[in-house]
Amino acid sequence: MADRPTGEPGNLSPGPGADQREVRISVRELVKRFCDAEGNEVTVLDGVDFDVYQGETIVVMGGSGCGKSTLLNCLIGEYVPDGGSICYKTSDMDAPVDIARMAEHELNEVRKKFGILFQSGALFNSMSLAENIALPLREHSYVDPSVIDIVVTLKLQQVRMLEHRDKMPSQLSGGQKKRAGLARATALDPEILFYDEPSAGLDPVTSAAIDELMMNLSKMLSVTSVVVTHEMDSAFRIADRMVMLDRGRVLKIGPRSEFEALRDADPASLSNDADRLMNQFLNGHSEGPLTDEAGMSEFEKLIVRG
Amino acid sequence: MSLTSPGSEPVVGGRSRQWVERVGQGVLDAGRFVRNSIGQFGGLSYLLADAVRWTLRGLFVPKVKLGRRSVAAQMVRVGVRAIPIICLVQVFIGVILALSMAPTLEMYGQVDTVAVIVGIAVFRELGPLISAIVLSGFAGASIAAEIGSMVEAEEIKALRAHALNPIHFLVVPRYLATVLMLTGLAVIADVMGVGGGMFTAVYVLGVDPTTYLQLTQDALTNKDFLTGLIKAAVFGLLIAMLACYEGLNVSGGAEGVGRATTGTVVKSIVALIATDCIFTVIFYVYEI
Repeated sequence: MADRPTGEPGNLSPGPGADQREVRISVRELVKRFCDAEGNEVTVLDGVDFDVYQGETIVVMGGSGCGKSTLLNCLIGEYVPDGGSICYKTSDMDAPVDIARMAEHELNEVRKKFGILFQSGALFNSMSLAENIALPLREHSYVDPSVIDIVVTLKLQQVRMLEHRDKMPSQLSGGQKKRAGLARATALDPEILFYDEPSAGLDPVTSAAIDELMMNLSKMLSVTSVVVTHEMDSAFRIADRMVMLDRGRVLKIGPRSEFEALRDADPASLSNDADRLMNQFLNGHSEGPLTDEAGMSEFEKLIVRG
Repeated sequence: MSLTSPGSEPVVGGRSRQWVERVGQGVLDAGRFVRNSIGQFGGLSYLLADAVRWTLRGLFVPKVKLGRRSVAAQMVRVGVRAIPIICLVQVFIGVILALSMAPTLEMYGQVDTVAVIVGIAVFRELGPLISAIVLSGFAGASIAAEIGSMVEAEEIKALRAHALNPIHFLVVPRYLATVLMLTGLAVIADVMGVGGGMFTAVYVLGVDPTTYLQLTQDALTNKDFLTGLIKAAVFGLLIAMLACYEGLNVSGGAEGVGRATTGTVVKSIVALIATDCIFTVIFYVYEI
């Protein structure tokens, strides 16, 4: 990872068309580039702009290779952006902070304010479930072990995993690992929760149960949630607002109802290619990038090729 | 770009051009190897500096925990479980040394001095070196595989996401445990090596046990013992750093973990012998 520059206050001006709720995360002109095997520079995020408001669940979706995971990695401070800003404002902050310009130790203070559920659960395999949840509490607080034990019990109850507290991660199913990961993500009572493909690899019933759990936790803990997924059913169940990414750019952002209308619309009635493509994607008919490098859509390519 | 067509002689320049291209490719490969080696050395140095910085912070900054429980757990894993293997190997080393030197010493009627040779060789060189080589396969490979698997399972990412530094949390306990335990293991190795030599001298070569112990005691100085311990500590640091570095840089799934494990053992053995050579030269030049 590249060295981080020294921190400085960020700018949290609401984007165009923003509503009156408090902005928790503001992403502006975010750019991230990587080098491929031949040493050529590839721009994965190319000027991404969006805001995340207090208490909402925003779902970031898009086809394979659209930059969803890179965006999440930038949001959690795993990648240092090549351009743009990611400003956070939590309840105890006097001013927003731009994590793209923060030193690692400053970033760690911000990281304590958010929790992350990884795609695989990412539980520490050498520790029991209870130890996994206790770890952030043990490392970041000086509270008595008996208090930590009570918090662990509470967190396990929240995800309905109390009976598994002494099990090792290898003894848990995929769905149980995700629930346990969620319990660990909420251990420090975060204000923002990030979810990386929460329903990936799960059967529809378990996936629906995880979605319900996420929604309950959001209400119960009043957290702001950012969910990265390409599972459409799950996305429509949990989202308040949705962001559609394509080739590293925001193709569309809006409330769930707008995306539902787009999904349910008759493709013939849609006026532009972008809407028709998103209609296809939201109905599960398209997986990869929605446009090619020249910005040409599948429809345009079909027309060109006859 | 090659100016040849498949199955034919080069269009321009013929064989001499092919030869020049091969030489050019060889130079490029050598350049890449040097660049990668410098990169790895830089990465290792950075890892070491960071690990030492976190250790000092753990010792002197009240808010930073050193993780004593974790160090103790690693000491058991790295060192305690290696004791039987190291004892066995060192006894064999003592036996081999005694039997190898015996015919030559018998020629000069100096078979008793096998005690001196075994003592000095084990205390100064073979105790720490053989223990380190055993530990590189025993603990180094295990550390690299463990950390590599954690990288693949996103556990390292999860640590960072919870504001926990992987170097502080994973590397520091492992390197401290390896350094402390290898130093301790070297002492055990010294005793077992001398024991193996003595067993052979007494029961095969007919040396009196009291004479053997007296000669060993007379031949060895504190300097011999301490130089062995210094070597062992440095070897422990080398093994742990190489293992952690290889583990943290794993990519490519299970295959990558396998590569890191093999890489750790091979690089550790080369690094251990090279470092031992440097130590021996320094000790020889400065008469330590």
